[in-house]
Amino acid sequence: MSQFRAHSMLPGFNLALGFTLLYLSLIVLIPLSSLFLKAATLGWGGFWEVATGERVLASLRVTFVTSFAAAVLNAFFGLVVAWVLVRYSFPGKRIVDALVDLPFALPTAVAGITLAMLYAPNGWLGHYFAAHDIKIAYTPLGIVVALTFIGLPFVVRTVQPVLADVEADVEEAAASLGAGRWDVFRRVIFPALYPALLTGFALAFARAIGEYGSVIFIAGNMPYISEIAPLLIVAKLEQYDYAGATAIAVVMLLISFALLLSINGLQWWSSRRGVR
Amino acid sequence: MATQTQRRISTHESRNVTLLLISVALIYLLLFLGLPLFAVFYEAFSKGWGLYWAALQEPDAWSAIELTLLTAAIAVPANLVFGVAAAWAIAKFEFRGKSLLITLIDLPFAVSPVVSGLVFVLLFGAQGWLGQWLQAHDIKLIFAVPGIVLATVFVTFPFIARELIPLMQAQGKEEEEAAVSLGASGWQAFWRVTLPNIKWGLLYGVILCNARAMGEFGAVSVVSGHIRGMTNTMPLHVEILYNEYNFVAAFAVASLLALLALVTLVIKSLVEWQSRRLGYAMKPLTQPTKSGA
Repeated sequence: MSQFRAHSMLPGFNLALGFTLLYLSLIVLIPLSSLFLKAATLGWGGFWEVATGERVLASLRVTFVTSFAAAVLNAFFGLVVAWVLVRYSFPGKRIVDALVDLPFALPTAVAGITLAMLYAPNGWLGHYFAAHDIKIAYTPLGIVVALTFIGLPFVVRTVQPVLADVEADVEEAAASLGAGRWDVFRRVIFPALYPALLTGFALAFARAIGEYGSVIFIAGNMPYISEIAPLLIVAKLEQYDYAGATAIAVVMLLISFALLLSINGLQWWSSRRGVR
Repeated sequence: MATQTQRRISTHESRNVTLLLISVALIYLLLFLGLPLFAVFYEAFSKGWGLYWAALQEPDAWSAIELTLLTAAIAVPANLVFGVAAAWAIAKFEFRGKSLLITLIDLPFAVSPVVSGLVFVLLFGAQGWLGQWLQAHDIKLIFAVPGIVLATVFVTFPFIARELIPLMQAQGKEEEEAAVSLGASGWQAFWRVTLPNIKWGLLYGVILCNARAMGEFGAVSVVSGHIRGMTNTMPLHVEILYNEYNFVAAFAVASLLALLALVTLVIKSLVEWQSRRLGYAMKPLTQPTKSGA
């Protein structure tokens, strides 16, 4: 037997792994590598020139700031939602729990047009804000609304199982030693939840950075103000500027990979704390 | 007893705090989930059933529905076969590079939908690596149906595999080994032993994969070319109608997609409930696969 794999009495290893690697290469690896090959033809100077162009930097800034704001909103409210779903019971709780995953199931374009309609200056929610001279749709605030919708399940679903695992006797011990409820939360429960909360935050942030469908309807898409990086890629493609589109795509891909790595690190950290 | 009341107060929040937290959570979910969901149907029917039906019976709407169904009918089975093969290799055998393989399978989740479309334009587009060759042989992949299918397969690539891998790892390989040692062939062991064991996980992965395949927008938008009646999927058709200020028709088509989302959530909840009864928690979509499993 080769060193490559351990002996097994089950058949089908070569067929299954062979097909897996072939399919993975054809669908994912070769197409993705075409991106880096294209970027390489730009040369370092050309790549740098596109990637640091004024409009590109502005779109990356819009993407980052709005994604961060949406992830912060979701971290706070997601924690409250997870807490309520784990700790309390109320009528219709199972339906509410199932509905949390709606942003995964609802196509992003549907979310986009609906949120744009709701938050437009004459929309159901938008007109309340318009009365106070606040515009949400067609401004960066609108982008935050769409990204909050998209990222909503991440913090809830990451925190929920960890919160369910917090041992009641630790809380009781702290309480019997005289800690108030707020102290118990701050000193006992929150430290246990913190890694999961941070992981959920990072997942929501990562998802928001690449998001396109739900944002473009509500953003207004003004260059330098409310134009997100994925939209700029589409704009460059429509002008047949493949090189420009590729350079932005590579920057975004590298950011995603960096986030993925830090999320893996966070999970490793949180599972180690779980063992302790 | 005084100590007992003291304890009850300290391990539970006061009634007011409880009510406050429940209210905050429900208002947040109502604003961001409930209201948009309701609004889709409200807008779709705002001008009555007649206009709703008329919008859905339009030839362009029909061709968009057909293309969406066709795309899902190719992408889901393709990723299903892949998911089963990958899970069989990863869960039933020990080999070097396994954790790298698991990480690579999750890769499409880290790629922006727009970038997922872009890579196929770079490969097969007119200026792409294979563009000249394809043109010489009169094959059109980009701005045509094959490109839409390819982009959808890419975007939904991990869905079924990442559900099956942890499930089959948790089940181990003893049952299959017993079947094989009793004289069953590999295929028999798979059909009679493995498949009944993973059917709920399989269904779970398939419905989530299907929802994304039918609803994908960004990646498909980049490769589609937006030719009405030809290369428009339902989400792309929604965009066109919306940009033409034909809101009733846009929300009518959107309501079908919202219905799909609701059906997906119902089946998903049923499968989760069923599998919890069997003692296994389905892997939520939000969690990246742990490669060091």
